[in-house]
Amino acid sequence: MSSDHAAEDHAPTSFITRYVWSQDHKVIAVQYASTAILVGLVGVLLSNLMRLQIGFPGHFAFITPERYYQFVTMHGMIMVIYLLTALFLGGFGNYLIPLMVGARDMVFPYMNMLSFWVYLLSVVVLMASFFAPGGPTGAGWTLYPPQSILPGTPGHDWGIILMLVSLLIFIVATTMGGLNYVTTVLQARCEGMTLLRMPLSVWGIFTATVLALLAFPALFVSGVMMLLDKTLGTSFFMPALVSMGQLAGYKGGSPLLFQHLFWFFGHPEVYIVALPAFGIVSDLISVHARKAIFGYRMMVWAIVIIGALSFVVWAHHMFVSGMNPWFGFFFATSTLIIAVPTAIKVYNWVLTLWRGDIHLSVPMLFTLAFLLTFLAGGLTGLFLGNVSVDIPLSGTYFVVAHFHMVMGVAPLLVVFGAIYHWFPKISGRMLDDRLGQLHFWTTFIGTYLIYFPMHYLGVLGMPRRYYNFDGYKFIPQSAHELNAFITIVALVVGAAQLVFVFNLVWSVFRGRRAGPNPWRAASLEWFTPQTPPAHGNWGPVLPVVHRWAYAYSVPGAAEDFIAQNAPAAAGGLEPEEHPVPGGVSKGAPA
Amino acid sequence: MWMVIALLAIIGGSLLFHVLSPWWTTALASNWRQMDDTLTITLVITAIFFVVINLFIVYCLLRFRHRAGRRAAYQPENRRLELWLIGVTAVGIAALLTPGLVVYASYIKPPPDALLLEVVGQQWQWRFRFVGAAEKLGASDARFVSSSNPIGLDPDDAAARANIVINGNEVHLPLNRPVRVLARSNDVLHDFFVPPMRARMNIVPGQVSSFWFTPTVAGRFEAMCAQLCGIGHPNMRGTVVVEDEAAFKAWLGAQPTFAAMLAPAAPVQTAAIDLVARGKALAQSKGCVGCHSVDGSTIVGPTWKGLFGKTETFADGSTALMDAAALRHKILEPQSRTVKGFQPLMPKLDIKDDELDALVAYIQAAH
Repeated sequence: MSSDHAAEDHAPTSFITRYVWSQDHKVIAVQYASTAILVGLVGVLLSNLMRLQIGFPGHFAFITPERYYQFVTMHGMIMVIYLLTALFLGGFGNYLIPLMVGARDMVFPYMNMLSFWVYLLSVVVLMASFFAPGGPTGAGWTLYPPQSILPGTPGHDWGIILMLVSLLIFIVATTMGGLNYVTTVLQARCEGMTLLRMPLSVWGIFTATVLALLAFPALFVSGVMMLLDKTLGTSFFMPALVSMGQLAGYKGGSPLLFQHLFWFFGHPEVYIVALPAFGIVSDLISVHARKAIFGYRMMVWAIVIIGALSFVVWAHHMFVSGMNPWFGFFFATSTLIIAVPTAIKVYNWVLTLWRGDIHLSVPMLFTLAFLLTFLAGGLTGLFLGNVSVDIPLSGTYFVVAHFHMVMGVAPLLVVFGAIYHWFPKISGRMLDDRLGQLHFWTTFIGTYLIYFPMHYLGVLGMPRRYYNFDGYKFIPQSAHELNAFITIVALVVGAAQLVFVFNLVWSVFRGRRAGPNPWRAASLEWFTPQTPPAHGNWGPVLPVVHRWAYAYSVPGAAEDFIAQNAPAAAGGLEPEEHPVPGGVSKGAPA
Repeated sequence: MWMVIALLAIIGGSLLFHVLSPWWTTALASNWRQMDDTLTITLVITAIFFVVINLFIVYCLLRFRHRAGRRAAYQPENRRLELWLIGVTAVGIAALLTPGLVVYASYIKPPPDALLLEVVGQQWQWRFRFVGAAEKLGASDARFVSSSNPIGLDPDDAAARANIVINGNEVHLPLNRPVRVLARSNDVLHDFFVPPMRARMNIVPGQVSSFWFTPTVAGRFEAMCAQLCGIGHPNMRGTVVVEDEAAFKAWLGAQPTFAAMLAPAAPVQTAAIDLVARGKALAQSKGCVGCHSVDGSTIVGPTWKGLFGKTETFADGSTALMDAAALRHKILEPQSRTVKGFQPLMPKLDIKDDELDALVAYIQAAH
């Protein structure tokens, strides 16, 4: 891959090989992203239906308890796995990694294509469960046994089986994609692109992919084990128990074993979503504030350290699970330690704004909204990570508000910012700015209005996953009114996402034509010979990189950015010493 | 500029919301004031970070927004500043964690003289057990569960036979005496959550979870299930009555031991009780009310309000007049047919003939 080659020799010629059975990472990225956004719209619709029940219980006869729990469950799983994971790794990972590291494509293009089609299959299987007898599973997205496979839980036959099968297929897809991303980053970087010159977007996606490769196997085995429990009557997770008045045939299994396996996957999963968002947002801030990201090396190390620590904090999801209580000390400590590198990232983002030249473009607006939302969600994590504060809050709406802010809304704000930012490179056209502003303000203010007050319902003690709260005296009428308010805002925010989808579709055909580098960014992906980049990305000759991706506002330079592949004489080197062909660069003075 | 206004509005609005919010913790009714205190410490420290960092962003937006000819400074890093920030954050985190762990250490160490209370969760009702005259909670196992032995105690275990079983959703506790809860389930996951007590733990079938608290306020408190346990989850309700020691003793003394529960009830007693009242008590104790309301609302199964004399449509399309015979048949053979729009979830009860009469009488009376 590193040798020069005539890309056109391999360029696909027919419509089918170009857009359907495509092995081009850029097409696969768009396929991944489009599928994820479509399935994400289903997730939004489900959340709005569930909010209708919470906000106006008893008004919507078609939302039965069964359906309510099915909406809750499918919403959660769709958003976490099929939208966010697929979009960040399959979508952004696919598009950005080869372009940002100067590769012609992923190193295993055929496997990359398979990855998408297997992902699509997992989505089809998941959606099929809506039409299966008994409907989709209503066990909550955590799928905790024993109830997930027992009568009394909606979709305990077909629903849960299809869910587990779909997850297993998804993991196959993620593994094929993930091996590709990791190998490409390690093996296919162009000349001069050292690891410490890669944009933080690549660092975030790369580290998240490593996490995915190590964490998803835990979900895979627990999925297989639960399938065996369900279909063959094994007892991995099933103790001797009574179901619907009858002694079931299980014996000796441990429901907690599933929870450990699930969260051993589930906590790294939070960072599988968060780390790409961290990386991308660093690049957005730097470009739109025209300033080198503050403390680049510290940012890289923070990503790596957060990734490593994410494997030793999982049981903070289980403080009140009934596990051995002594674990609480360890997991509370490890969880709060992870706050330190996370805080470093927040400081460095805001310090990048300091003495910058801040352009309030739509991507920058989303970035600023991310900072505020992530800060709120991260800080409430300090409540839940601290074991004795968690005890009364666990399982309440405080938890719902926390994780929606920190791993729902915050990463999605980055997704939006990133799409507004890279859309010109992908399509050659700009997204409409006015629609972007409308989408931004509704989403940002709306989500804050939804989730900030929701914490207070949790502090009051309202548990999540309740079909209704009829007759509880400790819940004042005002809390029900607040729920109605939250529902109305959620409907508005849901509708605003249609504005975004319209903007995407409209701008692909009608958007203002963009130049090759509309944001005047310095990183390599903006310097392809064509926009959108052609097959093989770089034309006949691969680029050579001479500096890091953050050479903004370098003193003495003619412009306020220096391209990564501009000749070495243009200056703007990274602050540390760097091995370059034929010696060591001295680095620029800080 | 809208962004500056929005950020300021969010910072100010959030602080104002907190001050004016009618929603905060329920009034504490246990010894766990420390938990509320660590919550407050955490809230103050995190609020300071939230406000300071956001105000810094606002300042940057005001001061460093793009204007024609403006150029950003070039400062890729500042090691000293970064190390200082790491240090300050680490101290802040330690200040949050330390009190949290101290409280937790006392949470997992119940006082040795605590009153033992077993809480048994089962879809979708609560049962309780006290040690009684025995020295400990006797043996139990899911295989012993039947409608006359709802929490699955071992009938051959002497300690279990002497234990006191509360076959209903309401339990009484003495004021100001530490209670150690041992929680058990015979079916799925549950969580015994009484918000004013703060203390809680999930209940996991196949093992025993434990936590402790000391009730410090007399009164009736609502208990709820806080771990999704199926479609009846939001209706899995209980009551904890906290009263002085004498009232508690009197209440406990009136509750049957497991051995007494197993003994066949004397016919003289039952005949004396009004049939409808007995049916109501049975609906409670057999767990019917976990799924069937008497006020017209749908929980899991059809409501009993107006059920008697109604013509029901079943999932297979057949219809039937719900008279006494049809109701008896449905209770005895619950899986024979299912009302349209509902799940076939009703368990088969071990129910005696006279109990059946009482239940049907109660359903008939539910208008």
